[in-house]
Amino acid sequence: MKNPITGLNKVFESRIRLGVMSVLMVNEEVNFNDLKEMLEVTDGNLATHLVNLEENGFIKVHKGFIGKKTNTTYSVTKSGEKAFTDHITALENMIKGVK
Amino acid sequence: MDKAYLLCDSKYFFMHEPNQQTDSLQDLKDIRRIMERSSRFISLSGLSGVAAGVCALTGAFISYSILDNYYGDYNSSGFFSGDDFSRLKIKLLVVAASVFVVAFASSYYFTWRKANKQGLPLWDHTSKRLAWNMLVPLATGGAFIVGMLRYDVWAFVAPASLIFYGLALVNASKYTLSEIRYLGYCEIVLGLINMLFIGYGLWFWAVGFGILHIVYGISMWAKYERK
Repeated sequence: MKNPITGLNKVFESRIRLGVMSVLMVNEEVNFNDLKEMLEVTDGNLATHLVNLEENGFIKVHKGFIGKKTNTTYSVTKSGEKAFTDHITALENMIKGVK
Repeated sequence: MDKAYLLCDSKYFFMHEPNQQTDSLQDLKDIRRIMERSSRFISLSGLSGVAAGVCALTGAFISYSILDNYYGDYNSSGFFSGDDFSRLKIKLLVVAASVFVVAFASSYYFTWRKANKQGLPLWDHTSKRLAWNMLVPLATGGAFIVGMLRYDVWAFVAPASLIFYGLALVNASKYTLSEIRYLGYCEIVLGLINMLFIGYGLWFWAVGFGILHIVYGISMWAKYERK
């Protein structure tokens, strides 16, 4: 998953996945529509990336209801948090020119 | 910065042999921006503060002239009638309510305008969270003041409103521009000082809701909005 040279995580090569993680790092729980609005992406596109993140074990999905409407919220997992911080450290190292 | 870039598909990375350093920097900037914008309501305009402050000062001035008239009449006639007093209360209440409505509407307008310019929604989860976290201390303060008025304790209305408003702002600073915390501290300190000068509530109000708002508003506008 990790690029051995740079330490960058392949999962976060997608800007949408990177965006989702950024949002979830600073918000405990965010629902689908808020994510969609913040990242300005289409339903299908966002859904695909969310499934990918979930399969990697980086985010947790909670299915709930508000009245009769489904309200699906997402939150980051421990391993997602770690992967994301590692990714950021790798990015910072690249800027400093440290490999 | 344009958002389309941020949302470019991952293909971007595969199509180009990327300059990794600039890409990393761009990634970090985007991450920071998304975090900032998804956790705080950043559209709050400094001009909203200025508008609210101007309304408050106008309101204080009108109230002052009403009171001045009232006591002037008292001095010339030598007595108050109960009718006069209830008329005075109604007048002041009308002024207070109109100040609140106009201040709210004008602040709303400037913040709405800023959100529009930034292309951000005005009513999203950040503004909802901000509203709720302001509302808790404000509603508590409001209820507390109403409670005091039931015992006809008018003396602490001004200090209590300044203090609770200050607490609301300190609390709000976690959900919007963090500088609003300092405005909150000033309101609290002003309210506490007002406790030592009971009877000068109108002056403290004018400073707290008028002048402080204007000072805060102008400095925020200068920092974030002036082009």
